[in-house]
Amino acid sequence: MDKIRLENVTYRYDVGTPFEQTALEDVTLSIEAGKITGIIGHTGSGKSTMMKLLNGLDSPTEGKVYLDGACINATKKEWLAQGLEDEKYKDLPKNAKKKAILKDYADFHKNLCFRVGLVMQYPEYQLFEETVAKDIAFGPRNMGLSEEEIAKRVKEAAAFTGVSEDLFEKSPFDLSGGQKRRVALSGVIAMRPEVLVLDEPAAGLDPRGRNNVFESIVDYRNKTGSTIVIVSHSMEDMAKYCDRVVVMNHAKVAMVGERKEVFAHVRELAGMGLDIPEITRLAELLLAKGLPLTDAIYTVEEAREALLAVWKGGGDK
Amino acid sequence: MRGMTLGQYYPGTSPIHRLDPRAKIILGILAIVCSFLCKTLFSFCLLEALVLLLVILSGIPPKLLIRALRPVLFILLFTSLVNIFMTRGKNLLFEYGIFHIYEEGLWNALFMILRITSLILMTSIFLTYTTTPIALTDGLEQLLSPLKKLHIPVHDFAMMITIAMRFIPTLAEETERIMNAQRARGVNFSTGGLIKRVRSLIPILIPLFVSAFNRAFDLANAMECRCYHGGEGRTRLKVLRYNVWDFVAILLLIGVGVGLVFANRLTFGGSIL
Ligand SMILES: Nc1ncnc2c1ncn2[C@@H]1O[C@H](COP(=O)(O)OP(=O)(O)O)[C@@H](O)[C@H]1O
Ligand SMILES: [Mg+2]
Repeated sequence: MDKIRLENVTYRYDVGTPFEQTALEDVTLSIEAGKITGIIGHTGSGKSTMMKLLNGLDSPTEGKVYLDGACINATKKEWLAQGLEDEKYKDLPKNAKKKAILKDYADFHKNLCFRVGLVMQYPEYQLFEETVAKDIAFGPRNMGLSEEEIAKRVKEAAAFTGVSEDLFEKSPFDLSGGQKRRVALSGVIAMRPEVLVLDEPAAGLDPRGRNNVFESIVDYRNKTGSTIVIVSHSMEDMAKYCDRVVVMNHAKVAMVGERKEVFAHVRELAGMGLDIPEITRLAELLLAKGLPLTDAIYTVEEAREALLAVWKGGGDK
Repeated sequence: MRGMTLGQYYPGTSPIHRLDPRAKIILGILAIVCSFLCKTLFSFCLLEALVLLLVILSGIPPKLLIRALRPVLFILLFTSLVNIFMTRGKNLLFEYGIFHIYEEGLWNALFMILRITSLILMTSIFLTYTTTPIALTDGLEQLLSPLKKLHIPVHDFAMMITIAMRFIPTLAEETERIMNAQRARGVNFSTGGLIKRVRSLIPILIPLFVSAFNRAFDLANAMECRCYHGGEGRTRLKVLRYNVWDFVAILLLIGVGVGLVFANRLTFGGSIL
């Protein structure tokens, strides 16, 4: 099932000025429900631009974006025209029908950013409240939830990302970089989005910080069944955590597929300015030395299993 | 957004683009003088020919140039109305109650419009459209450097302006990023009453100020680490050098000014023509 679908999406910056630039060109893409989709590509390939289009922060210059089959860039008129054909409103009298459709339009757009939660690049710059707890509560409060529900969500989101409750009354500006990042992530998770979109969530963090962030994202997916989109330029992280991978290259989609399918083209990816995971390089070196490693290896875990298999198989060594 | 770094700068390699920024500042001043020298229709014709020549030489799309005139539209309208109704002359064309329109008034209004538009077009061509703001500040600093003898901190002012200009696009980008981040958390900037809208600015202004201060501290540290201590004895990476064409251009424009003075003396029949 497609959760999000982009159809022939083109996006241009500074249209009509000498600086006009195409950041996305005729991109057609499906994001599958309940999966973790990784978007990789070199810097400037249009990843961040695409993320802005997924929750309606910006509209494509051309083309359409659909969430669960509903077009998020439809004008009121288009929406109305489509609604009049829709089975859902069939039984209503004409006047009420129009009203109901327009109400759904308004609700859809109001809830869009809560349904598709976007964690921007370096999200710690969005923190502003006096305390950590208040900052995490900002999104849920904008949703109009009850205080009780808000408190529940703040706790839940903090638990997902590993923000300890001792920090709740601290100022977000007094935290370390990694802690700030996790608070900012919690602020979006607290809205319980059906789709969680993260733009370079681990950029600038130390290895442990990176793992923590990715693991809380996987945890969130496993517990809620949400759809996840992660942007990164690190093949290593993508290999570890993603089900599906989309490769962006110069404003276009260069490859889409299951992780294994895409990573089988590791050399081509390197040609697009992406780093091959260290462990893959090691495996290639070992292969060259005559070690019978069969499957392509992209994570340390896979390497361990392959090496153990070799060790057990060739017992005489 | 990238456009903002450069203000109205229109990238290009035209002969005007290649002039030295100091020369262009002088040329801009001369252009202003020239447009005030004109007094007769004939000299205005010469001035407009000069404007046309500059437009063609600079290679800037006329559409962009017209945009430069938009802000003064109101002033143009206002001054021409004042000129039309307030000028007293010999040749009364129209009279109604307290309103008198004289021929001289119409001419004055026309001259005023021509003067202001050519003044703006020429200075924009010399300065804003073909010179980056940074080059302009550099040029200004050098031109004003004799004032250092009078203990006027020319370098410091120039540095302040340069830094401010350098950070305008950065701050704008940052504002946009923070606005997007808060919109993603459900802030709505465009609906609601005045109080609600003002309140919705808080989540933007606080992170913006925090990062602006951090940036300022970082910059100050970085400058200190590189031993910046004001303009005294500082050498430059990009040294401005006049070339022959700079002098030629300045001399030509002075020539045009002198020509205009003589053109004013020429009369064809009427006193204004
Ligand atoms: N606000 C902007 N204004 C103008 N151009 C932009 C802006 N943001 C990004 N771009 C340009 O669009 C292209 C894609 O950028 P982006 O989507 O940020 O790439 P990525 O996230 O993959 O690094 C780049 O060439 C970039 O220079
Ligand atoms: Mg990016």
